[in-house]
Amino acid sequence: MTTQNTESAGVSTAQDSNQSDVLLNVQNLKMHFPITRGIILQRQVGSIKAVDGITFELMRGETLGLVGESGCGKSTTGRAILQLYEPTAGEVIFEGQDLTEINSGELRRMRRRMQMIFQDPYASLNPRMTVGSIVGEPLEVHKIGGSRREQQQRVQELLEIVGLNPYFINRYPHEFSGGQRQRIGVARALAVNPSFIVCDEPISALDVSIQAQVINLLEDLQSEMGLTYLFIAHDLSVVRHISDRIAVMYLGKIVELADREELYENPLHPYTQALLSAVPIPDPEIEKKRQRIILEGDVPSPAEPPTGCNFNTRCPQVMEICHQYEPSFADVGDGHRVACFLYDEVESLDESGQPVSHTA
Amino acid sequence: MGNLIEVRNLQTQFFTQDGIVHAVNGINYDVAEGETVAIVGESGSGKSVGVMSLIRLIPEPPGKIVNGEVNFDGQDLLQLNEEELRQIRGNRIAMIFQDPMTSLNPVLTIGRQITEALELHLNMNREESRARAIELLELVGIPDAGARLDDYPHQFSGGMRQRVMIAMGLSCNPQLLIADEPTTALDVTIQAQIVDLVTRLQSELGMAIIWITHDLGVVAGLADRVLVMYAGFIVEEGPVDVIYGQPRHPYTLGLLRSIPRLDLGRQKRLIPIEGLPPDLLDPPQSCPFAPRCPFVIDKCLEENPPLMSIDAVRKSACWVDLSDVEIYDTSADEQVEAVA
Repeated sequence: MTTQNTESAGVSTAQDSNQSDVLLNVQNLKMHFPITRGIILQRQVGSIKAVDGITFELMRGETLGLVGESGCGKSTTGRAILQLYEPTAGEVIFEGQDLTEINSGELRRMRRRMQMIFQDPYASLNPRMTVGSIVGEPLEVHKIGGSRREQQQRVQELLEIVGLNPYFINRYPHEFSGGQRQRIGVARALAVNPSFIVCDEPISALDVSIQAQVINLLEDLQSEMGLTYLFIAHDLSVVRHISDRIAVMYLGKIVELADREELYENPLHPYTQALLSAVPIPDPEIEKKRQRIILEGDVPSPAEPPTGCNFNTRCPQVMEICHQYEPSFADVGDGHRVACFLYDEVESLDESGQPVSHTA
Repeated sequence: MGNLIEVRNLQTQFFTQDGIVHAVNGINYDVAEGETVAIVGESGSGKSVGVMSLIRLIPEPPGKIVNGEVNFDGQDLLQLNEEELRQIRGNRIAMIFQDPMTSLNPVLTIGRQITEALELHLNMNREESRARAIELLELVGIPDAGARLDDYPHQFSGGMRQRVMIAMGLSCNPQLLIADEPTTALDVTIQAQIVDLVTRLQSELGMAIIWITHDLGVVAGLADRVLVMYAGFIVEEGPVDVIYGQPRHPYTLGLLRSIPRLDLGRQKRLIPIEGLPPDLLDPPQSCPFAPRCPFVIDKCLEENPPLMSIDAVRKSACWVDLSDVEIYDTSADEQVEAVA
């Protein structure tokens, strides 16, 4: 299985990433949350496999879109990468250092390089702090930005960068609209000059006409500062717009990863196909002609994922083998990777003329 | 087809400590029998309040329907007393809400919640209502309906709960179904299931639907006619393909331009609508969209344009003629492709 291969290859990849322009290398990342029973003597009776072995790389300056439905583990992935959770297994190699190995002091220093923008601009800003102290806090924590005066100047500069009036520095979050609050969140993330930002559904809480403002802001900042984004969202139209490459998650696993155009024009995994066909397009002419793939049923519980392929309970093209074995996350050419036996088998037949026997 | 419901000069306001919120400012529209009308707008545009006012589901105080008529089958709903209105709500006009988590009662089985309306409105007895409830759950595609009748809402997933809500809404064969953002809380694949279900049920049962949403994508595949609301006014109205093909109000145009589309090839920069919607505590006397409008002329600042007919089927509240404006500037791209 791929998982074993990637584990052994992890060390060498870490060294490679110093030379090439891989900014982040995630290898077989797992994040399981324990389910416990009992009040005094708590014993673990199972685990929620929120993220269950995902592997991908992020190049410097690129935007990787991470899409999936609620509960697929996309936000957990973002948080586990930033070590906001302690991952159960796997490696997160950021700028050549494995974040899961280093101690908390080193980790805090690394946090200057990686930041996060949250979904809910109402919950992610402390209502009792002024905009100045919210945006300035990272400067204080990391003891950068010099004297108080210099820090204040830096904060005003940041507000200007994100399109807010620097004069707002002493106002409180409730005085701002949703879109403006999200700009404050962006300014806070930028304060420490990060190279990598996890954007966790940064626009889903905003109105349509405001969403475009924030998307444009994120794009501008990227081209000015060379930022790298992991853009987590459930809206495929937005992800297509902003991403260079896109990873599709289902039930804790990445099922497909490809360049933006390739993924939309040539989706291979049945889940990706269904997901794309479900996205409504604001054009009645097209909508009338479209054939939807309507998936039956709901996503299974991540505490008891089905054996074999995760998607076998809902897949319209399910085969015998899907119930027995787990497909590997294989490259089908040009960096287009997919975890599905539909493609696994075709490839093996081409090489040997016989179907490959799959062993778990 | 005759008009099922006619809304005339409806005005709803909220009397708060800070002043009067002008939520709905005199809107007029009709819904024909069996027709699907989508009301599109952003939060605070008055789309929900406007529709809730039809069946007087506005908390009073602070809300108050200050003016207007709602003619439904020869009666003005705004003049009925509470008892007469109750005969219509849930019976001839049904509703499904955005959040299936909070609109179901968590301490009653879903069977009880469905049969309640049946016993109340259709005078069914226990067995009859139970049998009908099972039938309804099967209709909305809940597997093993008989057994699930005794389950509680928390035992259902979000999509299944919304199906239960739809079953409840359809229980008395309504003539009008009001759907207030019924898919907003759901994932896209589940949203597709629900939209599919509602369209199928409509063709089987023939009710009219008012679908409230902010998602222009969902509307495109579902509606016959679209009303676009902004700051408590209807700013544009017309058949769905005309509105999307050639919007005649700058706000509709702005909305279409600001959303990325899955099907369009490489898109350049999105064109957002700059600025923010007006404060409804102190609405401007000018056109409410004027401060954000790229086409603004002097007249817009002097007088708020009424909703005016452009042709036989569409209306727009704008002084400027947008008939020559393209939504997407694709001409340059096409030329490049043609050369290549």
